[in-house]
Amino acid sequence: MAASTTTVPSASPSSGSRSFISRLRDGDEIARVITFLFAASVVLITLLLVLQLWHDSSLARHKFGFQFFVTRVWDPNAEQFGALPFIYGTLVTAVVSLLIAVPLGLGAAIFLAELAPQKISDTLQFFIDLLAAVPSVIYGLLGVFIVVPLMREIIQPALKNSLGFLPLFQGPPYGIGFLTAGIVLAIMVIPYIISVSREVLLSVPRDQREAALALGSTRWESTWKVVVPFARTGIMGSIFLALARALGETMAVTMVIGNTPTISASLLSPGYSIAAVIANEFTEATGDVYLQALVELGLVLFLITFILNGLARLLMVVTTQKGSGMGHV
Amino acid sequence: MNSRLRWRKFVSGFMLTLTGVCAAVAVSVLFFILGYLVYHGGTSINWNFFTKLPAPVGEIGGGMANAIVGSAKLLLLASLFGVPVGFFGGIYLAEFSNSSIAFVVRYAADLLNGVPSIVIGIFAYALVVLPFKHFSTLAGAFALGLMMIPITLRSTEEFLHGVPRALREASMALGASRWKTIMAVVVPAAYRGIMTAILLALARVAGETAPLLFTAFGNRYWSPGLSQPTASLPAMIYSYAISPYDDWHRQAWAAGLVLLALILIVNIFARAILARGSAIPRS
Amino acid sequence: MKRFAGLLLVVLAVGGIVLAQNALSINGAGASFPYPIYSKWFDEFHKTNGNIQINYQSVGSGAGIKQATDGTVDFGASDGPMNDEQLKAYSDKHGSGILHFPTVLGAVVMTYNIPNVTASLNFTPEAIAGIFLGKVTKWNDPAIAGPNKGVNLPANDIVVVHRSDGSGTTYVFTDYLSKVSGEWKDKVGKGASINWPVGLGGKGSEGVTGLIKQTPNSIGYVELIYAAKNNIGYGTVKNGSGTFVKADLESVSEAAAGAAKSMPDDFRVSITDAPGKKAYPISTFTWLLIPAKFSDAPKRDAMKNFLKWALTDGQKQAEELSYARLPKEVVAKELKAIDSIQ
Repeated sequence: MAASTTTVPSASPSSGSRSFISRLRDGDEIARVITFLFAASVVLITLLLVLQLWHDSSLARHKFGFQFFVTRVWDPNAEQFGALPFIYGTLVTAVVSLLIAVPLGLGAAIFLAELAPQKISDTLQFFIDLLAAVPSVIYGLLGVFIVVPLMREIIQPALKNSLGFLPLFQGPPYGIGFLTAGIVLAIMVIPYIISVSREVLLSVPRDQREAALALGSTRWESTWKVVVPFARTGIMGSIFLALARALGETMAVTMVIGNTPTISASLLSPGYSIAAVIANEFTEATGDVYLQALVELGLVLFLITFILNGLARLLMVVTTQKGSGMGHV
Repeated sequence: MNSRLRWRKFVSGFMLTLTGVCAAVAVSVLFFILGYLVYHGGTSINWNFFTKLPAPVGEIGGGMANAIVGSAKLLLLASLFGVPVGFFGGIYLAEFSNSSIAFVVRYAADLLNGVPSIVIGIFAYALVVLPFKHFSTLAGAFALGLMMIPITLRSTEEFLHGVPRALREASMALGASRWKTIMAVVVPAAYRGIMTAILLALARVAGETAPLLFTAFGNRYWSPGLSQPTASLPAMIYSYAISPYDDWHRQAWAAGLVLLALILIVNIFARAILARGSAIPRS
Repeated sequence: MKRFAGLLLVVLAVGGIVLAQNALSINGAGASFPYPIYSKWFDEFHKTNGNIQINYQSVGSGAGIKQATDGTVDFGASDGPMNDEQLKAYSDKHGSGILHFPTVLGAVVMTYNIPNVTASLNFTPEAIAGIFLGKVTKWNDPAIAGPNKGVNLPANDIVVVHRSDGSGTTYVFTDYLSKVSGEWKDKVGKGASINWPVGLGGKGSEGVTGLIKQTPNSIGYVELIYAAKNNIGYGTVKNGSGTFVKADLESVSEAAAGAAKSMPDDFRVSITDAPGKKAYPISTFTWLLIPAKFSDAPKRDAMKNFLKWALTDGQKQAEELSYARLPKEVVAKELKAIDSIQ
């Protein structure tokens, strides 16, 4: 949905012809200032957080400089720290999880919003919301005791037998690794995608659907070509939520990824992610440089989130422009 | 033309079935997790679990009463802090802001959402705990509240945008001020979605251990007031789940189940209020 | 919204009412390995000293040291002794030192999962170092097969599993390897987290046992108590006197007894590769870290009383929970040291 079609035109700051005084009396200006303060505090908190990370990692930043991003050794004893394998692992697991979770979650959301009877849809939604509250250590335990054996015994051998010629599926099937971590992450983020997307789809005005159907569209065409594009930014919002969660998740990932800082094209290979290494080592880290290197990893993760979000927004602007004008990105 | 129509109908049927399959897969995985939790945790839940303090290993009859109350306190305070910031921030973005400010705020919220929970914990530790040299319920709630902001803010904005402009125009035409229109017409129309988002945010932080480790800390005993370290369910689950004792493992599963029940109750509660409050049916 | 406000009041009230009995609350944080016995001890101590609540949280040894130094907790706990740098940081900040008190003993065992092999394997220090350095890669390598005559070891690749989270267990294990293998000492070293030459990382003891149980041909190290409670096999390890010793409460206490004679006054001592014919070589103390000087007299007295109780009556409870108790000599020396707390 494009901003220009859904917000009232007079929403612009210079609101209409009424005088400042009368707007103040109605509470509009006060409301505006107060809500602005809340919105600004979000930016402030984020800045403060970056500042804190920046400040707490100064030693490590000076010692390693840009090398931190491109070296592969992580050796606390020798005080040599490089982030590359962790960056790689974070990106790979997040991408894998979204590749699984987005189609599945979006499909499910469409079904629940457009096809399922409202009672059933609401009831299912109720349980789906609950799942977001399952502590991630429990997802991790489920991963270790159920997903890992399943991967090792069935899925990974099957992948190797059918697609083993691809570099993606090489190496011994340990059951743990990038792919397993991606799957567990996907299970964790699906509730976000379903919940938010379903709500957004439900809030698309009915006349949009009716107009499309009246013009001779099939049910799917009206859904896919009218309703989904109308709800596009909301759906993107849900994917942003999922991406952020996937990037920052620790416990569930660390229990199934293998925790070995390797860079390998194979999804079956064990790996490591930034959030996992911070959570694993922060509490036992001794020595300033070591602690600071871990904080710097937090900063790197922040940077990754920054860049990925920027790219996704760019993509949205590009794809929306040929359609209905700029969406709010 | 006829065959083309048939093809389109086929595609329609096929894709719609596919979405059904997606829903079935997603929902069955999710139900499996719930079932697993009930299966493992159900046997350890008894009256003591809700009324007694934790017992040491090997002693029967311990519970997690302090952790249940602790979690409830933490979540309540976290919501009191996180929800208003997210909610009113979201209103600003949807109703008052120009696009460049909105862009910055949205971006900041997305970044905040991607910060790993342990880093949020480190941040809250440096900001709230270290200056006072004291772990407390408040510090824990602050950390959790921070994590609630992005989801609440982004979703509030999203759902406010979804409210048809006709509703706003009708209200303004009747002479209502902008603020009155927002609070009396726009927000109620989007209430449902916003509530879902807040519950989702609450559920998300309810299961977090890492931000509590160095803020709320943990407590074997009752935590009086808000300025003492407090027990919480996720922290108990974590330290019990990594212990070598079967008894504690069972209690960890049970605690997971109780945590879900806690969220369930809040959910039902919120929806009951919602059913009374929202006058405008969704379109 | 009124209902929410009501709920808020109820919850806060419940939180407020129960505080009632004006208790002295003392906070401590640190190692997760002794968490079960500590929580048992603090609970028992609370039963006889109703007004004292000692609250211990397992946040990890490193964090325990850091929190004690930051002054956010009253005492710390660690599976590895603080090093000189950390001690200096503490006394620079507080103007007085911090004391180590060994409380119980633990051991790290070699656990494995080889299909069709049920016998208990014998491991030499060379074999263990070789496996974790990535030099011994097959189960039928002479380094392993040598001391295991009669066991039909497969020619399969060894899957090495180690702890991924920083941990006292890893510290003890790598401390041992650094003592028995020069190559390990030079290439890898000791620490709570290290740069592993080979292997998969499991999160926590549960993660490691989980991986080993599920992965054929795997080997890893866990605390004795986890191997015992999970019913997974573990092997004997050859000690300094050339005997293959199975880890149990007795052989672990034996390792401490060997070290007791040469115990330094600050109790910071490693008992890996300890002398003694029956001593299990990968054993360790776990320590409570108590400030040498309390600013709060009631807290000080409570802590001193607790320590005395834990070292005497408390020791009796250790074995029920599969911790090895301290040798008499060490207890005697510690009881004297308690008096120096101001």
